[in-house]
Amino acid sequence: MKSILLSSAALLIATSAYAAKTDVTIGLQLEPPHLDPTSAAAGAIDQVVYSNIFEGLTRFGSDGAVLPGLAESWDISEDGTVYTFNLHSGVMFHDGTSFEASDVVFSLDRARAEDSTNAQKALFAGIESVEAVDATTVKLTLSAPQGNFLFNMAWGDAVIVAPESIEDIKNNPVGTGAFKFSEWRQGDSISLVRNDSYWGTPAVLESATFKYISEPTAAFAAMMAEDVDAFYSYPAPENLAQFEADPRFTVLSGNTEGETILAINNKLEPFDDVRVRRAVSMAIDRQAIIDGAMFGYGTPIGTHFAPHNPDYVDLTGNAPFDPEAAKALLAEAGYPDGFTTTLKLPPPSYARRGGEIIAAQLREIGIETEISNLEWAQWLEQAFRGYDFGLTIVSHTEPMDIGIYARPEYYFQYDNAAFQDLIEALGVENDPATRSELLRQAQTIISEDYVNGYLFQLALTSVVNARLTGIWEDAPTQAVDLTAVSWSE
Amino acid sequence: MLTYVTKRLGSLCLSLIVASLVIFACIEIVPGDSASFMLGINAQPDTIQALRVELGLDQSLVQRYLGWVGGLLGGEMGTSYTYRTPVSDIVKDRLQVSLPLALYALTLTVVVAFPVGILAAARRGSVTDITVMGATQLGVAIPNFWFAILMVILFAINLRWFSAGGFPGWDAGIFPAMKALTLPAIALALPQASILARVMRSSLLDTLSEDYMRTARAKGLTRRQVLWRHALRNAMIPVLTIIGLQFSFLLAGAIIIENVFFLPGLGRLVFQAITQRDLIVVESVVMLLVFAVILLNFFVDIAYAWVDPRLRVRS
Repeated sequence: MKSILLSSAALLIATSAYAAKTDVTIGLQLEPPHLDPTSAAAGAIDQVVYSNIFEGLTRFGSDGAVLPGLAESWDISEDGTVYTFNLHSGVMFHDGTSFEASDVVFSLDRARAEDSTNAQKALFAGIESVEAVDATTVKLTLSAPQGNFLFNMAWGDAVIVAPESIEDIKNNPVGTGAFKFSEWRQGDSISLVRNDSYWGTPAVLESATFKYISEPTAAFAAMMAEDVDAFYSYPAPENLAQFEADPRFTVLSGNTEGETILAINNKLEPFDDVRVRRAVSMAIDRQAIIDGAMFGYGTPIGTHFAPHNPDYVDLTGNAPFDPEAAKALLAEAGYPDGFTTTLKLPPPSYARRGGEIIAAQLREIGIETEISNLEWAQWLEQAFRGYDFGLTIVSHTEPMDIGIYARPEYYFQYDNAAFQDLIEALGVENDPATRSELLRQAQTIISEDYVNGYLFQLALTSVVNARLTGIWEDAPTQAVDLTAVSWSE
Repeated sequence: MLTYVTKRLGSLCLSLIVASLVIFACIEIVPGDSASFMLGINAQPDTIQALRVELGLDQSLVQRYLGWVGGLLGGEMGTSYTYRTPVSDIVKDRLQVSLPLALYALTLTVVVAFPVGILAAARRGSVTDITVMGATQLGVAIPNFWFAILMVILFAINLRWFSAGGFPGWDAGIFPAMKALTLPAIALALPQASILARVMRSSLLDTLSEDYMRTARAKGLTRRQVLWRHALRNAMIPVLTIIGLQFSFLLAGAIIIENVFFLPGLGRLVFQAITQRDLIVVESVVMLLVFAVILLNFFVDIAYAWVDPRLRVRS
């Protein structure tokens, strides 16, 4: 009896301790270089600061929809070139200064300036002028209508920063979000505390810590020992089954914006022949790659577009797995005995593991690959800027990036005037129905041109403590939005 | 003694100059540009150029080398390309983990290896000796990261006595900080202690078979007196050499263990900096480690002269 009493008392204490838990520790693999989302491409920065610390005029919701952010509402002129944003009033930066229209002007002017180091400067290319009409109204003039403008302003690279704090933004970010930056123990962790004077719905958590663990084995141990409450984008898919079987944890599997492709150097012989590119695409068994390299997590794609997007067209049928037909195509193109090419693999496991499988699949149709494993910096130099590759595997994680196919100098060097015109038309189109139609056409063109081998949409798998709710399942952008995270009892 | 020390100091300076040249040259020829790495695959060429100018990467190699060495002489290690904070601050933070960890592991190593090695040598051929030799063989052979993972599974996941890793910082208190370093220190110390115990044993056995040992015994000293008074001191030279090497290894080479226990140490800093092409950090940290190793060897050399008077005279 005594023991029952004791254990129920213990249980009581335990549950009340759970209910009282107001902090969370999230494990992440990559530590950000610094904390300024407006001057680096690192997704690791957005993971910490997006929506938590910094906010933009608009923002992405958990399903990828564009929602109002610091701008409460907006009016778009008839011709689509003038956007008038009505800002929330009473918004304060974390340093106590108030947020006003002039901060928007400052942020956008800084991003598009001559010496700007914004990694996504193209987002701001169409802006002609930004003016503060009054404290809560901003008038933005574009040089031409831009169908995607509100979407562009939701990116982490377009957040609003405070001029007073810009000097030290990289180590002490000051934003308007629901959390304030607290401490960065470099190499170890970054902690945030709740912003009690937040203008919107306040966060439930009082504090949050991002803990950086790069080793997959260490990530497993930290999760198992419950040193971390969640591991976002868990790096060792081979352990996921074990976590699924453990009642302490939930495994979240969602979509990302990462189209994982076998990129083909379109200007390099023999890949300048569409029949060869088609043969490569048909030699690939996507499901085998998803199963073998990603332990079953991932959605096959047939074009460069995210399957969860309403405008997605399933074009996987354009390149069904058919080694015999692929061989015939190669013979028709003049390579009956196949050829040898290079396959350059950056560090992520989708590339390294996937690369081995693809090499074996290509060997079946007579294409021999020389595999080289590169670090990112090397890959950028050799493959991306130097065009020194035959094949390579990359996941393109930027949202809505089909426009890269309209840039002939982009590393896979696809040059199709019709496609470029289409993307240009899309850029100035505001009508949703026409936009959808154009997007569908764009997907079809690149799929039928077999520009790249389209493999799969990268899944986001996270391991989360079963009592933790509100973590984004999908990743419309690389963010770990903690504003709605809480502990259930 | 003075000339001996001066000579050693001279070679120390020369080594440092050569090292700085080699390090700078090696690291600068590594392919990959930090600015492009940071801005990713959507960046426009003019943006990358703007960042290169901001980081000073547009200067010539000679300019950058001189700037770097000049800074080092003045105690300045430059500013990290990625973190944008002074390298010396970053290194200071990391040393707060790496230095205590290395000292902790070295202490464990010495505390275990000395008695074990002496015991095995004193009882040569006995069961104790054979056990020690077998166990240390195993200790040398077991990869320390694997041993570390086993310890994590046992002590962190199953028994929950320790965290799986991480470092709470010294401001959390001495005890939590030392506790966080305990498993890593044991993992680091295991192979080092095995090596040192074996070196201790064989060095002692060598000295014990010297003629002067027999003389000492003939003079009437007991085995124990001979061992402690004469053999041990003479056997220390190879042992000191190994300890010196081990300390520099522990300081710089703990990278795998730091990754297993996700400790924010120097090894992990260098590893991260290399992948991010934060060359200034790599150069400065490597230079600092070279400096530490060279300085350590200098002290070991001095210690030789202290335990072996002949070295003082000969030079």
